[in-house]
Amino acid sequence: MAEFTLPANSKVLPGKTFTVAAPEAKRKKTFRIYRWDPDSGENPREDKYEIDLDKCGPMVLDALIHIKNDVDATVTFRRSCREGICGSCAMNIDGRNTLACLKPIEDVKGDVKVYPLPHQPVVKDLVPDLNQNYAQLASVKPWLQTQSAPPSRERLQSPEEREKLNGLYECILCFCCTTSCPSYWWNGDRYLGPAVLLQAYRFIADSRDEATGERLDALEDPFRLYRCHTIMNCTQTCPKGLNPAKAIAEIKKLMAARQ
Amino acid sequence: MTDTPAATTPRTGRQRPLSPHLQVYRLPLPAISSITHRITGIGLTVGTLVLAWWLIAAASGPDAFATVQGFLGSVIGQLLLLGWTWALWYHTLNGIRHLVWDTGKGLELGAAYRGGYISYGGSVALTILTWIAAYAL
Repeated sequence: MAEFTLPANSKVLPGKTFTVAAPEAKRKKTFRIYRWDPDSGENPREDKYEIDLDKCGPMVLDALIHIKNDVDATVTFRRSCREGICGSCAMNIDGRNTLACLKPIEDVKGDVKVYPLPHQPVVKDLVPDLNQNYAQLASVKPWLQTQSAPPSRERLQSPEEREKLNGLYECILCFCCTTSCPSYWWNGDRYLGPAVLLQAYRFIADSRDEATGERLDALEDPFRLYRCHTIMNCTQTCPKGLNPAKAIAEIKKLMAARQ
Repeated sequence: MTDTPAATTPRTGRQRPLSPHLQVYRLPLPAISSITHRITGIGLTVGTLVLAWWLIAAASGPDAFATVQGFLGSVIGQLLLLGWTWALWYHTLNGIRHLVWDTGKGLELGAAYRGGYISYGGSVALTILTWIAAYAL
């Protein structure tokens, strides 16, 4: 159900302020970072770090690494590839979900607010618990399923059939889209969310997959698929420029066509 | 769906906080037009009751009808009617947008923004035209 306010233990309180940039620094920027320490028993807080942008790289992730290395080693976040292919550093920056490694600091006017992906249980600081998302991904069986006897070589696809997977196979499962979706916020326990539905469609659309009927059967449910109300936050926020809303619409069309 | 309960931290058993959502998310135009569609839908449900009241009053006699007309002719009544006119136009235009989406078209980001501007701009323009027509006739 829709709960528009945060539970009492989740309300964000004002935190500490760290002034790191020297007074004469030319390019100062304040980062307002969500902090929650699982050991303290306190509510989450928002710490402020005023840093010198000449001391770090151009992306938000560079600033976070600078803060962790040189200012406050307790700031916790996930990151790995720093080039937008691993999906680890997905977080809410300046009010929109994106990958910290792909978000230029200069794109943000004023203070840079850095929060975890929205409406998720927080493990620590900017690290959300995505177990539910992964379990939902597993539930759509994101692998090729076949009944026919295996051919003596690879299962072939025409260029046209392969073309249909463009815009689907590139998803890196960062869950920026799923955690931007108000429908997922209110019904995330039963609605699969845009990332998982895009993955479901990726295998429905694959000419080599032979389980389309079963896949559609599994989505024929008031919640799993049909909680999508075309709010379009998913498409708006995808750091890879994909279109989950369109993939969901294609599934809905297939559902209607087989009635 | 989860194997381990996500709501608590394993070591301390402490309740995990829920990360901020509406509190931090800057909703883009397509999302705002979506929630407007729902709000206007609720508004129109109430408006239908007023329409029913007006029809029942018209059927029951001149006195009852005069009461309803008196209310709808007052400043508050006129403002409510103005709101319902806009809600009806917005919900209609945005409903057409949803029909287009159901065909799988218009789901690119640019089209989603354009559709939102058309729903807002068109509903305001049509509301003004409706009221000009209503007062001129």
